[in-house]
Amino acid sequence: MTSAQENPETLSALDRPNSYIGKTVPRPNLDRLMQGRGLYVSDIELPRMAHVVFLRSPHAHAKIKGIDASAAKQMQGVIAVVSGEELSKIITPWVGVLSHLKGLKSAPQSALAVDRVCWQGEAVAAVVASSRAQAEDAAELVEVEYEELDAVTDMRTALDSATVVIHPSLCDNLAFERNHDAGAVDQAFAEADEVVEADFVFGRHTGVTLEPRSVVADWNATESRLTIYQGTQAPHMVQNIAALHLGLTESQVRVVCKDVGGSFGIKVHIYADEMATYALSKLLRRPVKFVADRVESFNTDIHARDHRCKGKIGVRRDGTITAFEIDDLTGIGPYSMYPRTSAIEANQVVNLVGGPYLTKNYRARARVVFQNKNVTCQYRAVGHPIACSVTEGLVDLAAMKIGMDPVEIRRRNLIADDAYPCASPSGLRFEQLSHHAALAKLIRMMDYEALRADQAALRAKNIHRGIGIASFIEVTNPSAAFYGVGGAKISSQDGVAVRLDAQGSVICQTSITEQGQGSESLTAQIVGSVLGVSMDRVRVILGDTDNTPYGGGTWASRGAGIGGEAALQAAKALRKNILDVAAAVLQSTPGELDIVNNGIVSAVDGTPRIDLNELARIVYFRPDTLPPGIQPEFMATRHFVPREYPFAFTNGVQASWLEVDTDTGFVKLLKHWVVEDCGTIINPQLVDEQIRGGVVQGLGAALFEKCVYDERGQLTNANLADYLVPMSGEMPDIDVGHVVSPTLESELGAKGAGEAGTAGAAAAVTNAVNDALRPFGTVITEIPLTPQVILAALGRI
Amino acid sequence: MTTAVAISFVVNGEHIEASVLPRLNLADFLREYLKLTGTHVGCEHGVCGACTVRVNGDIVRSCLLLAVQAHNATVETIEGVSDSGEIADLQSAFRDRNALQCGFCTPGMLMAAQDLLKQSLSPNRQQIREHLSGNYCRCTGYQAIVDAIETTVRTRAGRLP
Repeated sequence: MTSAQENPETLSALDRPNSYIGKTVPRPNLDRLMQGRGLYVSDIELPRMAHVVFLRSPHAHAKIKGIDASAAKQMQGVIAVVSGEELSKIITPWVGVLSHLKGLKSAPQSALAVDRVCWQGEAVAAVVASSRAQAEDAAELVEVEYEELDAVTDMRTALDSATVVIHPSLCDNLAFERNHDAGAVDQAFAEADEVVEADFVFGRHTGVTLEPRSVVADWNATESRLTIYQGTQAPHMVQNIAALHLGLTESQVRVVCKDVGGSFGIKVHIYADEMATYALSKLLRRPVKFVADRVESFNTDIHARDHRCKGKIGVRRDGTITAFEIDDLTGIGPYSMYPRTSAIEANQVVNLVGGPYLTKNYRARARVVFQNKNVTCQYRAVGHPIACSVTEGLVDLAAMKIGMDPVEIRRRNLIADDAYPCASPSGLRFEQLSHHAALAKLIRMMDYEALRADQAALRAKNIHRGIGIASFIEVTNPSAAFYGVGGAKISSQDGVAVRLDAQGSVICQTSITEQGQGSESLTAQIVGSVLGVSMDRVRVILGDTDNTPYGGGTWASRGAGIGGEAALQAAKALRKNILDVAAAVLQSTPGELDIVNNGIVSAVDGTPRIDLNELARIVYFRPDTLPPGIQPEFMATRHFVPREYPFAFTNGVQASWLEVDTDTGFVKLLKHWVVEDCGTIINPQLVDEQIRGGVVQGLGAALFEKCVYDERGQLTNANLADYLVPMSGEMPDIDVGHVVSPTLESELGAKGAGEAGTAGAAAAVTNAVNDALRPFGTVITEIPLTPQVILAALGRI
Repeated sequence: MTTAVAISFVVNGEHIEASVLPRLNLADFLREYLKLTGTHVGCEHGVCGACTVRVNGDIVRSCLLLAVQAHNATVETIEGVSDSGEIADLQSAFRDRNALQCGFCTPGMLMAAQDLLKQSLSPNRQQIREHLSGNYCRCTGYQAIVDAIETTVRTRAGRLP
C-alpha cells in the first residue's frame, strides 16, 4: 500500500496550492438538472420529426408467416409501416463475436426480425407516424401471422440433444466455452482437510435506467449526414457501428449525447431497435424518434447475470485454502450482443473467481448457452458479483466447516499487501492491491467484535442478525485487451483537447461522457488544478463526435483513470505553452513563472506578473506586439491509454449487517460498510456516491431484482410494480472508507470506482443471511434472497 | 374518446387554455404541449415518481392524471417551484451533497421532498426515507438525498422565529 506517489514532478502537478485534486467540490451544471432544464434525448424535438413505435413479438420463438399492414397504413398521421425485409435493404445484419474469445459463435441479427422471432419483445415491424400516439394506434392494426416454435428457456437443458437448436446453422446452443486449469487442483483437493461444494444460483436482472433508452436519428439527405442523438456511454462506438451498417463513412455520422438518464452499462450497447431507428431516418429522409416505454425496456434492455455455478473449495484445518473449482453455466438469450458480445461476463467470472486469494490451484469451466429470452450482456460490474458471490460464499463455507471466524480465514489467505506485482490463479496481473489494509480498516469501521457481541445477545432473544464479509477485486481502466484485440472498434484510448480562450478561460473537449458520475467535474478539477485556473473558468464539452477527440467513452470505470490522465497531460502541455509565451512577454523564463489563481505569478514568491486574460488578450488581439519568433499555441491535445497492464485492478471489501425475520422471510438491512482502493481520489464525494449507488444496485440483485420468465419464455414481471428495485425506505446507510494505492501507469494514479459497490454487495448480504441463519443449519446460495427463498430454506413453506 | 375537449387551468402561474384528447395524460401534456420537459416520464404507470407535480397543492403522478382532470386546477412543476425560489434551499443542499447523479429522478424527488417539508417540520431520517419511497433513484443509493433533505430540515428550522 502506498499513500502517495514519490515522483516529485507528479507531486508538483497534483499538490499545487490551488489544486482541486482530492477535494470535494460541487459538480458543474447541477442547477440545470435540478431545475428540470436538462436535455435528455426524450426531450429532443426536431422539425419534421416523426415517431416510431415497434411492433414486438408476443412469442419467444416463432416463424413470421405474414404481416398485413394495410389497415395501419390508412390511419391518420401514419408515415410508414416497415417490415424487417424492407429495412434490411438499408441496414446490414451483424454478428456479435470477438476473435479473442475463441470459439464464440452467434447468428446474424437484423434491425427488425426477418422470417423468425427469437425472443418475446423482438421487433417485427416499425410503425412511423407524426405522433407517438398515432403510431401506437396504428400498431394495433398491424396483423402478424405467427407459427409458434418450441422455445429454449431452461439453460440447464439447452445443450441436451432433445432440445431445439435455436440457430440450426450453429449446430448447437453452445455460444462459448472456456476451460481453465492452473496449478495442481486434484492434488490440492486431496491434500485438503475439508472439501466443500455448493450450487450457486443467480437471478436474471436488468439495469432499469430511469430514463428508458431513447434515440433521435436525423438523416440530412442534402448533406448525406446522419446525426444521432442518443443517451450512450460510447458515442464513437455508435458512430462506427451506424456508419458500418448503413454503408456510410464515420465522417458522415455524428453522435450527440446530451444528458443521459441513467446508464450502468445498459446504454453502452447498440440495440436492434436503435439500429432500426437510424435506418428509418435514412429511409424516410426525416428525423425519427424512438423512446422505449417501460415494458419495452424490460423486454429489450440487456438483461444480466442468469448464472448457475457449481463451486468447490478445499481447506486445511489451519485455514489455508488449497484450491477453488467452478463450473459456471449462463444463458444469454438468442444472440450474442453486438459489438461487445455476451460472452465477456462468463469470461470475467472465470478470470475473477479466487482473485483476492493466495491459492494458485484453480480449475474453471464456463459455458454460455443460447435461449429464447431477451439478450444478456455487460451490466455494471460485469461478472464481478457472480465471481465474488461464489468465491466469498465458498470461503465462508470453508470457514464454517473448520470452525474459523470468517475474518480470520480471510486474513490467512488474502494476498499480502507487499506481494505485488503478482498474478491471480487465472493469470491476471496485479500491480498493487491492498486487501489486508482494506480489511483492517473495515473491521475498525464496523467495530466487528462489538457487532459479534450484539449478535450473540440478540440471538438469545430469538432475533437473528448476521454479519457478512466479502473481499473483491475489480477490473477497471481497460486497455485494448478488452475489446480491441478481438476486432471490435471500441476505442480503449481517450483524448482531451484543452484551450485557453481570449478571456483567459479554459475550454476542454473530452472523449469521455457524462451520465452523472461526474466526468465533467473530474475533468474540470484536473484541468483547473494543472493550469492554475479556477473551476468556474473551465468549461467541459463532451458527448459529441464532431466536437471531441476520438475515444472510448465512459464505461468499465475508465472515465477518471483514462480520460482523467488525458486531461492531465493535455493541461500540462497547454501550461507549458502558456508559460513559454508568458516568459517571452515578461522577459523572464518559464521556470521562473507559475500559474496561480488565473494569473501568471513569480514562481519564487508568488508575486502577480500578468493575468491570464491579459496574456490572452495580447496573444489573440495584439500578436503583433509579441517578440519575433513566438507562435503561441493556446491549445493542446493529448491521448492516453494504459500500456503496461491490460487493466487497473482495484480491490475492496464490504460488510453487511442485517436481520432476518424467520417467520416472514423478510430481510432488514441495518448497515453496510465498504472499504475500497481506487488509487488517487479526485473528488472524494463523487467517489463515495459512486460506491453507494453501486452498492444499492448490488443490494437490489441480492434481495429484490429478478426477471421472471415462464416455461414458454414469457417475461411475467415486465413492469416496475412487479419487478422490485431498491427504494429509499429499505436501504441502509452505507459507510465508505478508502485505502489509496495509486496506479503507476499514469501520473494521475487514478483507478476506477464504478464497479466496486456492485461487485461485492450481493456476496456480503448472502453471507450475512447465512450467518444469521446459522442456528437453523441452513445455507442459501441463491439470489435474490426473497422471502420465499428464505422460508423454503427454513422448511417453513 | 376521439373528440378533443377544451380545458383551462393555471400552470406555474400562467393561464393555459388547450384542446386535448381525453386520453392525454398530464405528464405528456406538460411535456409536449407546454414544453415543460422537467417533468420526466420513467414508467408511465405511477410507480417511479419521476413525473411528480403539484396539483392544487398536492403532489400527484402526472402520468396517472389525465390532462382533462386538471381542468380548473392549479398545476406547479419543477420549473415553477424553481423560478419562484420556493425550493432554492433544497436545491442548494442537493448541490452541496451531490444528491443527484443522472438527474432524471431529481425533479420528482425535489417535488416529493418539498411536499414532506411542508407537511412536517422535523422529519427524521426514517420518515424522510419512507416519504421518498414512491420515488425511484437508480444512481445515488438514496443516502445523499436523505442527507440533503435532512440538512434542509435543519436550516429551515433555524429560520423559524
